[in-house]
Amino acid sequence: MTGAEPEVNVSDRPDLQHVDVRYVAGLARIALTAEEQREFQGQLDDILDYVGKLTELDVTGIDPTAHAVPMANILRDDVARPSMDRDHMVQNAPASVDDAYVRVPAVIGEEH
Amino acid sequence: MPDVTELTLHSAAAALARKDLSSVELCQALLDRCAAVDERVGAFLHLNREAALADARASDDRRATGQIHGPHDGVPIAVKDNLAVAGEPCGCASGILDGYTSPYDATVIAKLRSAGLVLMGRTNMDEFAMGSSTENSSKRVTANPWDLARVPGGSSGGSTAAVSSGSALAALGSDTGGSIRQPAGFCGVVGLKPSYGRVSRYGLVAYASSLDQIGPLTRDVRDSAILLQLISGRDPQDSTSLSEPVVDYAAALGQRDISTLRVGLPKEYFDVEGLSSDVRHAVEAAAKQFEELGAELVDVSLPHTEYAIATYYIIATAEASANLARFDGIRYGFRDMDAEEDGLLEVYRQSRAKGFGTEVKRRIILGTYVLSSGYYDAYYLRAQKVRTLIRNDFLNAFRSCDVVLAPSAPDIAWKRGEMTSPLQMYLADIYTISANLAGICGMTVPCGLSSEGMPIGLQVLAPVLGETTMLQAAYAYEQACGGAWCPPEL
Repeated sequence: MTGAEPEVNVSDRPDLQHVDVRYVAGLARIALTAEEQREFQGQLDDILDYVGKLTELDVTGIDPTAHAVPMANILRDDVARPSMDRDHMVQNAPASVDDAYVRVPAVIGEEH
Repeated sequence: MPDVTELTLHSAAAALARKDLSSVELCQALLDRCAAVDERVGAFLHLNREAALADARASDDRRATGQIHGPHDGVPIAVKDNLAVAGEPCGCASGILDGYTSPYDATVIAKLRSAGLVLMGRTNMDEFAMGSSTENSSKRVTANPWDLARVPGGSSGGSTAAVSSGSALAALGSDTGGSIRQPAGFCGVVGLKPSYGRVSRYGLVAYASSLDQIGPLTRDVRDSAILLQLISGRDPQDSTSLSEPVVDYAAALGQRDISTLRVGLPKEYFDVEGLSSDVRHAVEAAAKQFEELGAELVDVSLPHTEYAIATYYIIATAEASANLARFDGIRYGFRDMDAEEDGLLEVYRQSRAKGFGTEVKRRIILGTYVLSSGYYDAYYLRAQKVRTLIRNDFLNAFRSCDVVLAPSAPDIAWKRGEMTSPLQMYLADIYTISANLAGICGMTVPCGLSSEGMPIGLQVLAPVLGETTMLQAAYAYEQACGGAWCPPEL
């Protein structure tokens, strides 16, 4: 694999008011400048401090809501349909080969 | 030719039916208005001059041969830059979608087309709908038509400013935490967020899938009803869309005896820190207006109101971090070509670093954090449980009332650049985000001006699928206040 994942230990008891911005940006696949890292660190700490107020509430026995209008198992018939136009999809890719394939950097096989 | 700044969608449709004007004339007049004011307002990102005029001509031909597709055939409309229109850019006002064009029509777009409406252009927004002022657009500044130094609100600020400034008769926006209702209040227009599932989200670029809904921005309540009816309904392409029949909302508008209406006033909403006295008085005056119309005012309680913002910013950012993972520089939009030599991971990291704006990065990082190993239960799961409590608050409140009144924001539109802390801006969403969390419908109607002469918005909230009652209440209020759309001086 290319590129090194930042290694950070997550402790058993999460520190709820402090984000390791560098680590999390790594998980989110976003490169941050040092300045962005500093700026986000303070802002995200403020936001997490604020959202920490949810711990004031006792939520024992409360079911979580994933969707506000409950529904489950919405199924449809498995019918073959025309897919999106391939040429248009390939044109949308930032790099392509022979107007037919999306060009990507090598995923496997590189030494580093 | 009537003044387009004074027309509504329904008055334009009536003028077309009377042959007082043609769709081409109407379309050209709106494009002219846009040319005259949009350099200052900044509502549009993309105008379809030729395509719109060609579609207008086709509509005029249909009308000449008696083959119109419905009463609104030939009426132009604008759409937010996060709705897919086949062959057009769909950039979400982001750099990461530069060069992208939609391969298909969103369901709402297909519905508008089949009703003969003309798509005139795409409007500015906060990047990926993340923001409350449209200042997070990576493309251009959008000003509030009532005071060009102020923000139009957001994230549907472009759609709202287009309608308010006279460049569009009506527009579609999207609302994840207030992105239709808050700007409508800031710009003195009508904005409606349907109940979750009422309108198909197919072709809406996803921000927070369990909260997003598409809805209309219009100059009056009747237009809001008309557009809601045009875009609503079950869609096999969106499994969360609801199959309940769509109502003829416009026909129902005057059909409610307001003396049977119970109007709820949540006590927590009037204790919010930062609620300006002008906004408070305007909303209290609106409640009094309902009372004069014969409605019964009821005190209700939404006890978990103070937890709504925290809940929202956990759930919305968590969903956003997953939804925006697809923007990785591979299949569409922007790729940092220089990063290719450093391998795939660097292509992801650098394309996302350069393609996304600051607020989008901030929310993705927050969302990634609250979903990450060791934090999920503490944040995301807990927020989903509090969401249940907030939803139950509304279920309880709607046992004793039919609609709830609220401000659309604690204060009038702020000045551009004034809101410097992200958290401070999140806190201004207090009156709108609960409706998204609870899945209920809500709409904003203008309810007066502040001492600075800026519009104030009144929100009318109703239960899931309570659109008919909500529109009837808003219509009754609008009619009692004179009912006429009042454009700002530009």
